[in-house]
Amino acid sequence: MSDHIIRLTAAETAAKIASGELTAVEVTEAHLARIETVDEKVHAFLHVDREGALAQARAVDEKRAKGEKLGPLAGVPLALKDIFTTEGIPTTVGSKMLEGWIPPYDATLTKRLKAADVVILGKTNMDEFAMGSSTENSAYGPTGNPWDLTRIPGGSGGGSSAALASFQAPLAIGTDTGGSIRQPAAVTGTVGVKPTYGAVSRYGMVAFSSSLDQGGPCARTVLDAALLHEVIAGHDPMDSTSIDEPVPPVVEAARNGSVAGMRVGVVKQFRGEGYQAGVVQRFDESVELLKGLGAEIVELDCPSFDLALSAYYLIAPSECSSNLARFDGLRYGLRTGDDGTRSAEEVTSLTRAAGFGDEVKRRIMLGTYALSSGYYDAYYGSAQKVRTLIKQDFDAAFEQVDVIVSPTTPTTAFPIGERADDPMAMYLADLCTIPTNLAGNAAMSLPCGLAPEDGLPVGLQIIAPVMKDDRLYKVGAAVEAAFVEKWGHPLLEEAPSL
Amino acid sequence: MTTTTDLVSYEDALASYDPVMGLEVHVELGTKTKMFCGCSTELGADANAQTCPVCLGLPGALPVVNATGVESAVKIGLALNCEIAEWCRFARKNYFYPDMPKNFQTSQYDEPIAFNGYLDVQLEDGEVFRVEIERAHMEEDTGKSTHVGGATGRIHGASHSLLDYNRAGIPLIEIVTKPIVGAGERAPEVARAYVRELRELIRALGVSEARMEMGQMRCDVNLSLMPKGAEKFGTRSETKNVNSLRSVERAARFEIQRHAAVLSSGGTIVQETRHFHEDTGSTTSGRVKEEAEDYRYFPEPDLVPVAPSREWVEKLRAGLPELPLVRRSRLREEWGISGTDMQAILNAGALEPIVATIDAGADAASARKWWMGELARAANESGTALDELAITPEQVARVAALVSEGSLNDKLARQVIEGVLAGEGTPDEVVDKRGLKVVSDEGALTAAVDEAIAGNPAIADKIRGGKVAAAGALVGAVMKATRGQADAARVKELILEKLGAAEG
Repeated sequence: MSDHIIRLTAAETAAKIASGELTAVEVTEAHLARIETVDEKVHAFLHVDREGALAQARAVDEKRAKGEKLGPLAGVPLALKDIFTTEGIPTTVGSKMLEGWIPPYDATLTKRLKAADVVILGKTNMDEFAMGSSTENSAYGPTGNPWDLTRIPGGSGGGSSAALASFQAPLAIGTDTGGSIRQPAAVTGTVGVKPTYGAVSRYGMVAFSSSLDQGGPCARTVLDAALLHEVIAGHDPMDSTSIDEPVPPVVEAARNGSVAGMRVGVVKQFRGEGYQAGVVQRFDESVELLKGLGAEIVELDCPSFDLALSAYYLIAPSECSSNLARFDGLRYGLRTGDDGTRSAEEVTSLTRAAGFGDEVKRRIMLGTYALSSGYYDAYYGSAQKVRTLIKQDFDAAFEQVDVIVSPTTPTTAFPIGERADDPMAMYLADLCTIPTNLAGNAAMSLPCGLAPEDGLPVGLQIIAPVMKDDRLYKVGAAVEAAFVEKWGHPLLEEAPSL
Repeated sequence: MTTTTDLVSYEDALASYDPVMGLEVHVELGTKTKMFCGCSTELGADANAQTCPVCLGLPGALPVVNATGVESAVKIGLALNCEIAEWCRFARKNYFYPDMPKNFQTSQYDEPIAFNGYLDVQLEDGEVFRVEIERAHMEEDTGKSTHVGGATGRIHGASHSLLDYNRAGIPLIEIVTKPIVGAGERAPEVARAYVRELRELIRALGVSEARMEMGQMRCDVNLSLMPKGAEKFGTRSETKNVNSLRSVERAARFEIQRHAAVLSSGGTIVQETRHFHEDTGSTTSGRVKEEAEDYRYFPEPDLVPVAPSREWVEKLRAGLPELPLVRRSRLREEWGISGTDMQAILNAGALEPIVATIDAGADAASARKWWMGELARAANESGTALDELAITPEQVARVAALVSEGSLNDKLARQVIEGVLAGEGTPDEVVDKRGLKVVSDEGALTAAVDEAIAGNPAIADKIRGGKVAAAGALVGAVMKATRGQADAARVKELILEKLGAAEG
């Protein structure tokens, strides 16, 4: 019974709770039991809020008993990336720097989840401060990929994607600065969406790179992602960069998947050296499938995309060097070396040396250098120009096509440890996802099969223009339905049982 | 810790060098809430009581711009004859300091909201000097550190520091002048007049009370010397946080003398920040800027650009109040006084009290007379500012009215004012309590006059004989008998009448 519950989609779970077939408490207990059984192996969660989750579930059941109106995801459990503040519940951002910090306030996204009666099971593992593509940079140890526990679940949101793929939660939240929602979705055979920049409030989301960071939904199906998208998106006066426009009709799009008559772009820059053969093969099959579903395929040239990775590794570290300056050991979190003899300056220095991991330090140093006077124009300034070029390439592309497709990431999940000492190799995992962050438009990753050579999931990326997030769901739902029909079942059913 | 600094005399310094000044003034805006969050800005709260995740820089918190802060900045820019940016951004100024919660200050860098303006300032003798304005930009204040356990309250030797973030995030406008050249020996006076004029302007706009003693307005004095006739500026010193008008003038003067001493003995000026000491009127070295500090400015990605529409800017321009210099020359004309008189009023801080007293019904001459006379003396004696005396302009107007209707003479009026200042109540209450009233009852007066004549037959004879001037002695006697409450002019008339003498 409990195995049946955890394999339901979020939409199905919500329907069963609404009809009374299941209680929210039953659903929550089933997931807590699953966490108990498998998370020792997977390590998706940094903190499980058993009491809070059950209390929220009970509240949903009481509401229903009283006949009160329930939200579309009422009682559905969710795994929250440990980058969003949760009042009274630890928020570490995967860093020693915030070990033991209990935020005094809820992020806007946290508030919206609670208001929608979603049950927050706990906080998921991530690369420290969302910097990484493997979750190996977490100060609290790596997370295993449920398809092969010796491999990475992607990053930075590896905890969230692994929780979904191991059926510990039907819904999760990620954040995507350069691919941290989509790349983990791709390598775990799940669905992840980076909404348009400004669609989901960043208030209470610990900043890595303010102009790139965007929270978004993670799920096992396109419809589930859309339902969650609708709950978390929308204008927030607490976030000045939040878009004050209606949320695009994502759920309606997910329920009416179709690509008939759509123009779908394939960018020539998104293939070539560094792409795994099996990934390219599954991608090409996806393009054929789209054609078969009635889409018109258009070849696109976006030359600036070749510069995206370089621009990203100047802009993101620059912003992070400033955003992470507040971690000085004086007001909250870790404090090292305060023995009564040292100055505040010395304590700050010792705290930062002890509290930040290598990758975070590397980026702070890169960013500090890129912003320093005399280098600003050559580095940060040039990177911003590249950013403008990338936007222009997208604008020109979207004059010809409705959406763009590409592989989400050049390879399948690599073994834990393989790229840990090679930052450049690690950075390449985000080759296809980064241009979207720089331009601020929307993108989704969904499963398109297993690579023949290693039997691991491959992700298909769909990219839409700014505030046309609904197109992701329309195309995604059509592709998903066609693949499930072709495979005879959802891809995750092929994952090993843990 | 005393160090002696070599100085040359002010005259000698100016004989060889031309001073160049740059003034940077920070004004704390009087908005109800902080620049980027909803916390109150009211003074006097318990430490850290007025903080929230945003102004404490907690992880995840984001700023939202205070619209009133932007409006105040535009008003200041317009009043300073600046251009207002059509589009500008905030920037992060990155440096570590414990009283700055985010370890960056949200400020503006190369895109200030207002730029290229000027402010005309009036010197003591009425001469008008134009100070060019480089820019006015928006930023946030820092918190306050209190160093505990050291001898001097300085960080050096302290055992620990206390941090209060109530001030963190309070909106500031920084107003920066272009280099002020050509003021010569009047440079310190120009500096003082500029800061005073700016203060008046800020107050007239109603955007801040700009009280320097409360840190609501703080001035940095940058100064350098160049040999007379040269065009290339010398190396400057930056004297930080000079917090009174007098100190601004003294700091500039001291730095001119110090720079001159260094330069004329063949030395070079080190670019450094300096602290001004009120007690000695001198400055001491702060931190040396070996190389320009690198604040790694970049556009604040958490805020969207500020784009004041031209319609809005014009609306604000149309709503600007009369600016201080214009107002002063209008009042001078209305009151029919000289520039020197007006300057004296300004120096005494009497302008606003006088205007308020006139508004309360007094005529200009008596309002001026009381504030610049009796009240200025009282303020001087008690060491308080005129507007802090325990008497309101309305009360002064009432005293003036009592005098003009004849129920008080000047002497009695002074006593009434003394009573009000001593907390004895309103002018009318003091009049009642002290029994101060001009005796205008003719019967009582006549009796007192008769008595005086009878008691001083010799003087009376002199008067009868035509020595009208001798009447003064009899008037004195009557005034004494009536305890000063008689109308002296009427008394004199009665005496002369009775003795058959006529004036003149």
